[in-house]
Amino acid sequence: MVQAPERLIGAEVKRKEDPRLITGQGTYVDNLKFVGTAYLAILRSPYAHARIKRIDASRARVHPKVLAVFTGEDLRRDGIGSIPVGWLLPDIKLPPHYPLAVDKARYVGDGVAAVVAEDRYSAYDALSLIEVEYEPLPAVVDQEAATRPGAPQVHDEAPNNICFKFAMVAGDVNRALAEADGVVRQRIINHRTSGSSVEPRAAVALYQPATGELTLYNTNQNPHLIRLLLALTMNYPEHKIRVIAPDVGGGFGTKIYLYPDEVVACYAAMKLGRPVKWVETRSEYLRATVHGRDHITDFEVAYKRDGTITGLKVTTYANLGAYISPFAPLIPTFLYVPMLHGPYKLPNVSAEVYGVFTNTTPVDATRGAGRPEATYLLERMVDLVARELNMDPADVRRKNVLEPFENYQTPLAFVYDSGNYPATLNRALELVDYARLREEQRRLREQGRYIGIGLSTYVEVTGAAPSQVAVSLGAQAGLFESAIVRVHPTGKVTVFTGSHTHGQGHETTFAQAIADEFGISIDDVEVVHGDTDAIPFGLGTYGSRSTPVGLTAAYIAGQRIIEKATKIAAHLLEAAEADIVFEGGRFFVRGAPERAVTFQEVALEAYVPRKIPADLELGLEATAFFNPSNFVFPFGTHVAVVEVDPETGQVKLLRYLAVDDVGRVINPMVVDGQVHGGVVHGIGQALWEQVVYDEQGNLLTGTWLDYAMPKAPDLPSFQTDRLETPSPVNPLGVKGAGETGTIASTPAVVNAVLDALAPFGVKHIDMPLTPERVWRALQAARGQG
Amino acid sequence: MARVSIRINGVLHEADVEPRLLLVHFIRDVAGLTGTNIGCDTSQCGACTVIMNGRAAKSCTFLAVQCDGAEILTIEGLAKDGQLHPIQQAFWEKHGLQCGYCTPGMIMTAYHFLQMNPNPTEEEIRHALEGNICRCTGYHNIVKAIQYAAELMRGGAPAPTPAD
Ligand code: FES
Ligand code: FES
Repeated sequence: MVQAPERLIGAEVKRKEDPRLITGQGTYVDNLKFVGTAYLAILRSPYAHARIKRIDASRARVHPKVLAVFTGEDLRRDGIGSIPVGWLLPDIKLPPHYPLAVDKARYVGDGVAAVVAEDRYSAYDALSLIEVEYEPLPAVVDQEAATRPGAPQVHDEAPNNICFKFAMVAGDVNRALAEADGVVRQRIINHRTSGSSVEPRAAVALYQPATGELTLYNTNQNPHLIRLLLALTMNYPEHKIRVIAPDVGGGFGTKIYLYPDEVVACYAAMKLGRPVKWVETRSEYLRATVHGRDHITDFEVAYKRDGTITGLKVTTYANLGAYISPFAPLIPTFLYVPMLHGPYKLPNVSAEVYGVFTNTTPVDATRGAGRPEATYLLERMVDLVARELNMDPADVRRKNVLEPFENYQTPLAFVYDSGNYPATLNRALELVDYARLREEQRRLREQGRYIGIGLSTYVEVTGAAPSQVAVSLGAQAGLFESAIVRVHPTGKVTVFTGSHTHGQGHETTFAQAIADEFGISIDDVEVVHGDTDAIPFGLGTYGSRSTPVGLTAAYIAGQRIIEKATKIAAHLLEAAEADIVFEGGRFFVRGAPERAVTFQEVALEAYVPRKIPADLELGLEATAFFNPSNFVFPFGTHVAVVEVDPETGQVKLLRYLAVDDVGRVINPMVVDGQVHGGVVHGIGQALWEQVVYDEQGNLLTGTWLDYAMPKAPDLPSFQTDRLETPSPVNPLGVKGAGETGTIASTPAVVNAVLDALAPFGVKHIDMPLTPERVWRALQAARGQG
Repeated sequence: MARVSIRINGVLHEADVEPRLLLVHFIRDVAGLTGTNIGCDTSQCGACTVIMNGRAAKSCTFLAVQCDGAEILTIEGLAKDGQLHPIQQAFWEKHGLQCGYCTPGMIMTAYHFLQMNPNPTEEEIRHALEGNICRCTGYHNIVKAIQYAAELMRGGAPAPTPAD
C-alpha cells in the first residue's frame, strides 16, 4: 500500500503552495475579514524635518465615520515605548523611535497621527481633516554631508549625525599601497533602492479584552521577532500576543521589521476593542517601508603589474535614514565589511564605516543586504584594475580568486566554509564561449556597435547567524532556527518551522527533504509556518537562512524521530536496536529485510502502544533548535552581455548567464526561480531603480510611476547553471540561494556597460545606468577627448 | 450612493455604492472575491487585472459605477468544474509564481492575450506583460508558463490537473 517514493531531494517537484495561489485563494492579510473591522490610516509628515507645534484633530473627530484619532502623545501617555533595535554595536547611539512622532517629524512619511474609521475611504478622508502646524527645519539627505560640522541634526543624541562607527583591519594596507605597482582610487555610490514587494505591508489587529489576548495578522517574514519587538514596544506580556504571518506577497527584507504602523494598529485595537485593519498603499510603501543600500564609498586599491590585487582601503558612509530600523546596524557592518575580500586572496584590507542619520526613510536589509554593496565594490574594483593594466577582466579574476578550499580563514574575520571559485569562473567562461564573445565584440565595434561583456565573481554569506561566531565578532547575539516535527498516528507528518515562506517555496522544499528523510510520500508531509501559536520560537526568513538553518533544524528533529522510531521498531520486531536498519520508509532487521515494519506502523505503535515497554516515552515528535557552527558561503560567476547605443545612451541587456554554487540543491526548479528573480532585482538597481530625494528631503520617487521597476519587455530570458560544493556546516550540505542573483547581477551589468564604453574612455558611471547618465558620461568623455 | 449591478464569474452582485468606489474594492469588499490583488495606486502593477466584457482591465482604474451592467471574470472564475484552466496549470508546472501576489493579474492578462494571440513569440509575450509587475520571478518562468499555456490551449493538452 505504502510505496517508497523516489528520492525527492534534487527533484523538480511542483510546489504544494501553488494550487491556492493560482486559484485566488491566497490568505494575504488584506484578504482576511473579521466582523466589525475598523480601518486605520496614518497621517504622514510632508516635511523631511519639522517641529510639530500643534495637532488639531477636532474636525476629524466629529467626522461621522471616525472612531478615534491618536497622536504620538496619546501613545506615550498609554505606555507605548520606542521600537527597539535588534542588533547593537559598541558605542551605538540609540535615539528613540516612537511609533508616532513626538515633537519632531524626521522624514517625509514619518507618522504623525492616526485615524480609525468605519471604512477605508472614510479613514483617508479624515486624514485631511487633521490640522498639523509644522515648523519646517533644515533637512539633510546626503549622509556624508550630514557628518560635516553645522549640518542639520536629526537627533540630539547623535552628534554629527553619526550613529556608529565600525572598522576592521587585516594586514597592512598602507604598506600594500606604498609598494604597489599601481593604485586606483574611486568613489562609488551604491544608491538607495526600494525592496518593493508587489504586496505592500498590511496588518489586522484583534484584541480580546476578557483574556487580554492580542492577535496581529501581519505581512512579515518572522512572526516571533515581531511578537518579541511588539511586546517590548508596547510593554505587553509576550505570551498574550499571537502574531500570524499568513500568505505574504513577497518580502525582500522589507518585511522583517516591526514598523510603527503595526504598533499603532495593535494599540488602536486595544483602545477600541474592535478588529483594526491597516493596509499600506504603494505610495506609502515607498515612504514608510525601509529602503536599501545607500552607501557612499571611497576606495583605494593596490595592485601589481601582473594583476595581483594586494590591498584595499575602504571608507563608507552608510545612510541609515531618520531612525534605526531594527536590523540596520547589522547591514553595513557584519554583512558588508568582512565580505570585502570577496572570492579573492586580497591579503590587506582596511575598512571604516560610518552609520549616519539623515532626514530620509530608514534604511535596512533588502535582498542581499550588505553583500551586494561589498560585491559591487569589489567587482568594480577588479574591472578598474583590469582597465588600468589593459588586461582582460577574466584574467585578473583568474589571478586573484582563491584556490579550492574547505574552511578558509579569511584575513578579516570569516571562515569560508567551502568553495571552488575557479570552477564556477571557468564554467561560466566556457558556457558563454568567452573567447568567441570577445572576438564578436571586436568585430561589432568595427561596425560601430558597442557590445559589453561584464563578469561578476562573487561569494556571499548566508545562514545567519552562528551565535559563537557572531558574538566573537562583537555582535550581541546570534541567530538560530527551530522546528518541531510531529509524526501523527497514521504516519502523516507535520513540520512546524520557524522559517517563513513568502515565495521561497518551503512548503514544498522542506516537505521534500523531510519526506526523503522518512522515506514517505511528499503528500504525507505538511509544513506549518508563520503562526507564533503553532510553531516553536523561531527567527524567520531573511539572509537566505531558511534552508541552511531552518531546514537543518527540521532535519535534526527528523533524525531524533528516527532514533526513537528505531527503538520502537526494535520492540515490534523483537530484535536488538543495534540490528535495526531504516531505509526507504521501512525498519528491518539487518540481514533479514523481510522482518520489517513500516514507518507508519511504528507511528501507530507510538500512539496506540501494544508492545512499547513502560520505560519508553510514548508519542513521536521532536523539537530541534539549530545553532550552526558557522555561516555558509554560496558563490559563483555571472556574465552579462549588453549593447549600448552611444547616440542615446540606451542599454539593452542581450544575454545573462548565472553559474552558482549554493551547495546541495533540494529543488532545482525553485532555486532557478530564486536566481531569476534575484538577478532581475540586481539588474533593476544597475539600470533603472533608484529612490530619489531632492535636497530638502522631498521624495521624488513616491509612486511606481517614478520608481522604475523592472518589466518583462526590458529583459531577456536567463541561462542558469550550477555546481554543487556541499557545505560542511550542516548535515544536508546546503547553503541558501535567495540572494545570490541580486548580489551578482548588479556589478555584472554595470561592468558590461562600462566594458561597452571602454573605447570611449569611460571608466566609471554611478548607477542606475539610465540613458541620460550613460549619454552624459559619453558627452563628458568626448569633450575631454 | 448609486445602485450598480455587476456580474462576476456568472453571479450577479447588486449594491448601493459610493460613486468613488473603485471596481477592485467592489470585487474584493462587496462581492467578497479577494483573489484579485492590489499592488499599487497608480495603475502600474496589474495585480488587479480582471477580464471585463472580454478584455483585460486593471480593476483599480475603474469606478464601480462605470461598470454597471458589466460581465467580469476574476481568477476565482477561471477553473471550471474543479479543473484548472490551462493557464493556471501552466503557471503551476513552469513555476510561474513565487509569492503569488502578482499571479492572478498575470494569469488574467495572459487569458486575454492568448485569446488575441494563440501562438505568440517570446517577444510578444514580454510585450503583453508590460503592464504587470512581478518582483519574485524575474518574469522568466512567467514567460515560459504563458508559452506552455498557449501550447496546451492549442491542443495536445496533457491530462487536466484537478484544481485542488
Ligand atoms: S493595483 Fe491596479 S494596477 Fe496596481
Ligand atoms: S510571484 Fe511574487 S510578485 Fe510575482
